[in-house]
Amino acid sequence: MSRLPSGGRVDRARSLSFRFDGKTYRGFSGDTLASALLANQVRLVGRSFKYHRPRGILSAGPEEPNALVELRSGARREPNTRATVAELYDGLDAASQNRWPSLALDALSLNGLVAPFLGAGFYYKTFMWPAKFWESVYEPAIRRAAGLGRAAEGVDPDHYDKAHAFCDVLVIGAGPAGLMAALAAGRAGARVILADEDFLAGGRLNSEVARIGDEPSHAFAARTVAELASLPNVRIMTRTSVFGIYDGEYGAVERVSDHLATPAPFQPRQRLWKIAAKRAILCAGATERPIVFGGNDRPGVMLAGSARSYANRYGVAAGKSVAFFANNDSAWTSAFDMKAAGVNVTTLIDIRREVAPALAARAKALGIDVRTDTQVTGTTGQPIGGALTGLAIRTGGRGGRLAADTLAMSGGWSPSVHLTCHHGGKPVWQEDIAAFVPGRTPPGLSVAGAARGTYGLGDTLAEGARQGSEAAGDLGFTATRPDLPATEDTPAGITAFWHVQGSKGPAFVDQQNDVTAKDLGIAYKEGFRAVELMKRYTTLGMATDQGRTSNVNGLAIMAELTGASIMETGTTIFRPPYTPVSLGVLGGHHRGKDFRPTRLTPTHAWAAEQGAVFIETGPWLRAQYFPKAGETDWLTTVNREVKAVRASVGMIDVSTFGKIDLQGRDVGAFLDKVYINTFSTLAVGKARYGVMLREDGIVMDDGTTARLGPEHYVMTTTTANAVKVFQHLEFCLQVLWPELDVTLASVSEQWAQIAIAGPRARDVLARVVDTGVDVSNEGLPFMGAIERTVMGGVKARLFRLSFSGELGYEIAVPARHGEALARALMTAGEEFGITPYGIEALGVMRIEKGHVSGNELSGQTSAGDLGFGKMASTKKDYIGRVMAARPGLKDPDRPAFVGFKPVDPSQRLRAGAHFLTIGAPADMAHDQGYMTSVAHSPHLGHWIGLGLLKNGPARIGERVRAYDPVRGNDFEVEVCSPAFIDPNGERLRG
Amino acid sequence: MRIPCPYCGARDASEFAYLGDATLTRPDPAAPDADEAFHAYVYLRDNPAGAHSEWWYHSAGCRRWVKVARDTTSHAIAGAELAGGAR
Repeated sequence: MSRLPSGGRVDRARSLSFRFDGKTYRGFSGDTLASALLANQVRLVGRSFKYHRPRGILSAGPEEPNALVELRSGARREPNTRATVAELYDGLDAASQNRWPSLALDALSLNGLVAPFLGAGFYYKTFMWPAKFWESVYEPAIRRAAGLGRAAEGVDPDHYDKAHAFCDVLVIGAGPAGLMAALAAGRAGARVILADEDFLAGGRLNSEVARIGDEPSHAFAARTVAELASLPNVRIMTRTSVFGIYDGEYGAVERVSDHLATPAPFQPRQRLWKIAAKRAILCAGATERPIVFGGNDRPGVMLAGSARSYANRYGVAAGKSVAFFANNDSAWTSAFDMKAAGVNVTTLIDIRREVAPALAARAKALGIDVRTDTQVTGTTGQPIGGALTGLAIRTGGRGGRLAADTLAMSGGWSPSVHLTCHHGGKPVWQEDIAAFVPGRTPPGLSVAGAARGTYGLGDTLAEGARQGSEAAGDLGFTATRPDLPATEDTPAGITAFWHVQGSKGPAFVDQQNDVTAKDLGIAYKEGFRAVELMKRYTTLGMATDQGRTSNVNGLAIMAELTGASIMETGTTIFRPPYTPVSLGVLGGHHRGKDFRPTRLTPTHAWAAEQGAVFIETGPWLRAQYFPKAGETDWLTTVNREVKAVRASVGMIDVSTFGKIDLQGRDVGAFLDKVYINTFSTLAVGKARYGVMLREDGIVMDDGTTARLGPEHYVMTTTTANAVKVFQHLEFCLQVLWPELDVTLASVSEQWAQIAIAGPRARDVLARVVDTGVDVSNEGLPFMGAIERTVMGGVKARLFRLSFSGELGYEIAVPARHGEALARALMTAGEEFGITPYGIEALGVMRIEKGHVSGNELSGQTSAGDLGFGKMASTKKDYIGRVMAARPGLKDPDRPAFVGFKPVDPSQRLRAGAHFLTIGAPADMAHDQGYMTSVAHSPHLGHWIGLGLLKNGPARIGERVRAYDPVRGNDFEVEVCSPAFIDPNGERLRG
Repeated sequence: MRIPCPYCGARDASEFAYLGDATLTRPDPAAPDADEAFHAYVYLRDNPAGAHSEWWYHSAGCRRWVKVARDTTSHAIAGAELAGGAR
């Protein structure tokens, strides 16, 4: 065990069991998987992406490029999980990735031997010949060798939530700056959200040993968090990553249950937050940079601050003998801390000739061997697993060797500026700290602490407090700055240094994507020098860690090669999300049948009882047909339903049509402006079919509008266009003609509407209306619309309309009576054999009758194309009138609406077939139009179709070719009138 | 993005449906050049980088058409007013 005898923010009383690659270990509550593995002296945790090199744990945070594991198993398996942020729980099960047959002995590590061929751009240079081998041989082989974890194979059993939050001040990051910012704004009374991706608030205060006032830094953090938690206006969200800024709102993902084996009942695994904050303060800290030298990827080589974090926060010694390699003072402080915590720190290697005398003295006092002006030029490791055993070093010109099982390195710190770039801001290079600091920040966002390049602890606390009180003050709160406790500030000198020249073995810049300093040299030589090109050519920074530890080193090395400054070289753009976000949480509950809401008709339960087969039409579930026992295919059922309607009577729920109530003095005038025909002249008690156009002259929708009173109309729209038409009418009223006195209300939900059709429809209707209601041909003539009562006092609207071509009525009742009406109609129609029918039969009958529907209202057809030309009024203006007169829309050669029947009646017509004149070649130049709708007509005993044919109405009787190469059909059809039955409408007027 | 609906207050953009340019005026259909004017009205649009006046419909709210002044480069919203004034 490498667990130190005491210390750390882990709960040593709570021991947890976990498994890694099938072996059982123990850790403590408060551990991450990485700290628990280190405590168990597991140093090799994965194989690299391209070369299968053995890799260990580089960091102690979200920047981790190497320690990626598959967490959990089965349908919950999560690939590429960073062990450094995976919170340990009892029973955690993890496996290493990208290795075969085992982690220690990986067959594909031979890839390392052919590394010279796998360098930058190898995809583009090798495997070029023979060309056909790429898809069949090379790509599958590369994909097998190069890879990360395996995705889960089952459907994710957990659910994911979405929520909104609102606050005055959002503080991102709960380190020293964030805690002080939240405290200042919270004490002032502002609504504060403090979010941190870690499960323990405090940031560096938990990883470092410093005194703040008269208490250790971790105690200061705990006390401040406790005070914040006691303020009712402050919300602390741990395990919550703010990952992006989107037009002034902040996207965050809260890992509600990732630290549990399975979520608690009714709890999501993760929750997506959309946070609307008036101000935000970014206190995201900084990420330490590795140094690029040969063999810097060995298990045992890690970041200095992370090694310190393992000692102080987790009570774990990263190794038995720890050497440091650095260019800056912070690494020295880390070394001293670790030594004090009981870790065997042997050597401090620094590239600098001179360091602050206080540091040198302290090192001497602690018995640490100091090597200044020294660089690490190579590493040696164990034959199996590769873990670090020793270092090759160079002091001045002289080489040497050192034994060490752990090397803690530090190339300096990079402020976490990512979120400041999400509105196009570009980071700025600051020479004295050798780091990029935020440039222009998104509106409302300021930056405090290490994220801004302020590294000293006292300065960080002060900056957080100042920005917190300023943000609250800007929002009108009276803010006083919290008293700042005394701190001892540690030296923070740095000499920029990136890369050891002439070191032995591959020197990795991006460890996750296996990009070396040599690859950058290749990119330079081949001209891919611009930073965005270098990135794409070498894949530097393009892995799931988004180059947290590699971007700055990469561009500094490119700057060295080109001789340009780092600022001139520039940086790549940080795009959201800051951290990987699962697709599950972005989808939330919207998956499977919950992808969108399902709307049910008022008679749904009744239809289900009747054995209906349902179909989705837009958001609605509608009865498609009602099979009876013994009916084995849908066509048999539909034929029966159609015949029953035409012979006696049938009924169908038509509540899904859009219904719009219009009231006011000017409704008639308004309807005249939106319909091509006239409605102001419609008599009270009558309905009229109307067609409306878009302003470009194309048909938008059709439907029947009835006048119920002098200033009261009710419009119906098609099911599909209900929302669109309503929005259009609102636009016309509010924007185009606000002077009109018209009030609209959507009443689609409020009214259930059932159509009854067939020769016995009137008999059925007469039995459901109340005594004294006259539904005779005189009392309710064709296109009549009256308000009466049914079923003993239920108010109802009775319309005499027909879509089927039969004598037909539509009865509208308040939606809550819809199901009762369906049952009452079934009872009333029993003696006539009333037949419930679905939308398939409805479709067949409208095709037999030659009515247009959605297939014809395709957004490409004019009123003239559909045979409505004569309906259009010439005495008024209406939406679309001017543009409908364009020559292109008036062209008599446009495909126009006609009917079709097969010359050979046994042929089945297909919608989508294109028309060709007989003998013409089958190509687009000879295209004459296409079939829009087809049905099998039980009335005629063969298939019939509707379609759009060039100059169609003038070609009745002509034969054309219906060509359907998709389904392999090619036969002759005869052009005919679209009204296949009762062309004069005698039935519906009867 | 949040849109300051004059009727409902600041609301999430997902409650709104977008239409487009709010500076257009429906031409006089009786004018002699109505064809040309309607062609421009229906099809021709500027695509400004910067200030843009545009129609949004608060479909999941008050159902009012709102004229929003939005900067197309930053999505900053300078103001919003109801169509046809307050009714």
